[in-house]
Amino acid sequence: MLESFTAETLARMQFAFTVTFHIIFPAFSIGVASYLAVLNGLWLKTHDQTYLFLFNYWKKIFAVAFGMGVVSGIVMSYQFGTNWSVFADKTGPILGPLMAYEVLSAFFLEAGFLGIALFGRERVGNGLHMFAVCMVAFGTLMSATWILSVNSWMQTPVGYSINDVGQFIPEDWWQIVFNPSFPYRLVHMVLAAFLTTALVVGAVGALHLLRNKADAAARRMFSMAMWMLIVVAPLQIVVGDFHGLNTLEYQPVKVMAMEGHYDSHPEGGPLILFGIPNPQEKRIDYAIQIPKLSSLILKHDLNAPLAGLDTIPDEDEPPVAVIFWSFRIMILLGFSMLGLGVWSLWRRIRGKLYDDDLLKRAAIVMGPMGFVAVLAGWVTTEVGRQPFTVYGLLRTSDSLAPIDAPAVAVSLIAFIIVYFFVFGAGTFYILRLMNKPTATSDLEINDGPTRTAQNQFIATTAADLKSGAQGDNRGI
Amino acid sequence: MEFELSFIWAMIIAFAVLTYVILDGFDLGIGILFPSAKSEQDKSVMMNTIAPVWDGNETWLVMGGGGLFAVFPLAYAIIMPALYMPIILMLLALIFRGVAFEYRWRTVRWKPVWDFAFFAGSVIAAFTQGISLGALVQGIEVANRAYAGGWWDWLTPFSLLTGCAVVIGYGLLGSTWLIMKTEGELQARMRGYAKWLGIATLGFIGVVSILTPFKDPAYFQRWFTLPGSIFSVLVPALVGLCTWLLFMGLKQNKEAQPFLASLGLFVLSFIGILVSFYPNIVPPSLTIAEAAAPDSSLRFTLVGTMVLVPLILIYTAYAYWVFRGKVKPEDGYH
Repeated sequence: MLESFTAETLARMQFAFTVTFHIIFPAFSIGVASYLAVLNGLWLKTHDQTYLFLFNYWKKIFAVAFGMGVVSGIVMSYQFGTNWSVFADKTGPILGPLMAYEVLSAFFLEAGFLGIALFGRERVGNGLHMFAVCMVAFGTLMSATWILSVNSWMQTPVGYSINDVGQFIPEDWWQIVFNPSFPYRLVHMVLAAFLTTALVVGAVGALHLLRNKADAAARRMFSMAMWMLIVVAPLQIVVGDFHGLNTLEYQPVKVMAMEGHYDSHPEGGPLILFGIPNPQEKRIDYAIQIPKLSSLILKHDLNAPLAGLDTIPDEDEPPVAVIFWSFRIMILLGFSMLGLGVWSLWRRIRGKLYDDDLLKRAAIVMGPMGFVAVLAGWVTTEVGRQPFTVYGLLRTSDSLAPIDAPAVAVSLIAFIIVYFFVFGAGTFYILRLMNKPTATSDLEINDGPTRTAQNQFIATTAADLKSGAQGDNRGI
Repeated sequence: MEFELSFIWAMIIAFAVLTYVILDGFDLGIGILFPSAKSEQDKSVMMNTIAPVWDGNETWLVMGGGGLFAVFPLAYAIIMPALYMPIILMLLALIFRGVAFEYRWRTVRWKPVWDFAFFAGSVIAAFTQGISLGALVQGIEVANRAYAGGWWDWLTPFSLLTGCAVVIGYGLLGSTWLIMKTEGELQARMRGYAKWLGIATLGFIGVVSILTPFKDPAYFQRWFTLPGSIFSVLVPALVGLCTWLLFMGLKQNKEAQPFLASLGLFVLSFIGILVSFYPNIVPPSLTIAEAAAPDSSLRFTLVGTMVLVPLILIYTAYAYWVFRGKVKPEDGYH
């Protein structure tokens, strides 16, 4: 099946596949790490056992997700070389140092303090333990900062020159790190990670509330998640709009594809809500559109002219259909999150936050939607950068390593099999942890202290330890 | 100036790779020795000796790869396609091994599956790292700033030999680490293994050292002219010293000495490789200076490295200190 593909197509499939899997874990662990820091801080401050319980509950989930993020991330750091070595040679002088800073200031920090955060509380005391938890959370945010700087430079390259062998050479590091799209992309992504986590936490809370409305831990989770949604979802929509305007300024072609504007609109462009992109005929079939609204949103003027893809040479055009759809999925989900937040706020004001079963069910349905939105957003921005790796400067087809198609095909198949097996199992274990009742503990498997030598002993003494709170103390 | 900066960087990358090799060496070694566990308790203890530190250890691998990308992008761009298969295999193996740490506690029925994944992942990761080393030593064909060989060039009897050498060597590190971190029957068993693994490791070091100069006349020359010949005297002498310390430590039931002596053997072997390579970064023809990124990249990264690496070493050492001492089955990590 894969024989008909070129090495380039296969390498692109491989990168898309591995990076898509990878982004799921950081998107979740950035949010959970911060959530853990908040929970532990609240526990230290209030001595409310519910917070400690939640800390230990989410700690185990975090450990599994973080492990998957680490191993899928190592793959990314080597794939630039194995499949995209020309890209690596040319952009290495600029992107390499940024990634080196990510490793030095983020990866080591996370990994160095993770052990203490997960099982060091009794050994180092509450104060240092809290410090370790904060360092892990800070590390995840630092990691996001550097890697988004890298990605943003590929989207909006500045501060460079090109030497005689075709390498990008740094001229101004400040400009490179804080390139034009970086601040917007960073805030947008970090908020997306927080939203994703809030949706997952909300769904887990809702699930346990459906089983037992009085479950204190579930109530706390649900309430915290819904507060997060109502604060962050509207903020994210505003930030997303700013990000879009930034894209319009620096990567107008991407916006044309997002909007589905094959044709130029000299007297104000319509906002196409829905339609079927037809790349052959270069038009949107069955379009449902609101006249001039696109000009209003993008240019804040109903009659502002908007250029279309007809002004761009065909070989510079990104795949419109993919971007058109992924963008709409992201927007739809963004507003659904806002809707859920508003709904919960309304129920909360009425004092019925924990009574509305329909709201709980909606929260469960929305549970995985943060991931979908994150992926849709990344598809929009990454596919929208095509056919370039460094926007406007280095074509994807010129970035490839000198590798044979069969080698890429074999490794692609291996990655697909291994990822579905390994990360499928991991996701299953995470879901099982999330499904585990919050009020009681199944000590034999799931509540055993993570990575301690004790599981055997606990199983035998489980009968003596009935309450969930006791179970947690041993899980620290 | 350019030479000096790139040389400093070559030393930093070498330091990162060496740190990786000795840190992940012992924890891959535990995976390699995993089937020798006689009971669930043994397995738990073995894994718990490294559970709090393994992802920190593996981060040095990312530092090696990421650092190479940052300061020697050309070397990175040549080595990765040249070692395509072993590197992809290593990454896949590390995935299986890494997730096993968490997964095995999350299931009863599939525990044997993840235990096997931990073992096989560790063996394959070690083996492919050894193969990569062998492939580098035997030389990589370069033309027009790119790898010019085929995708099976790495596979030779020599690279298979170095692959086996690394598996055995990591096994030695793992067994001596366990001598330091465990007690009783498990510790006694590890003492027994360490002796044979030590003998085998020394055998491999000997064979690889004898074969290496024949891979490239330049290696021969570097070892037998000044300043390389200083090392030709020094390195074997120190290997002898470490060997003596290792076996005396085992014989006298010392706790930490066998591990430290094994680390010494690794450090010395690594220094031996550096002497053979210098001034190349990718034998036989790409030099450190040629592969280096422009000075502005080297300088920008160096500033942060000088500040952050010492900090990293401090808090990594602190994490090891927090989890110091013997790992006992009955207390675990409280």
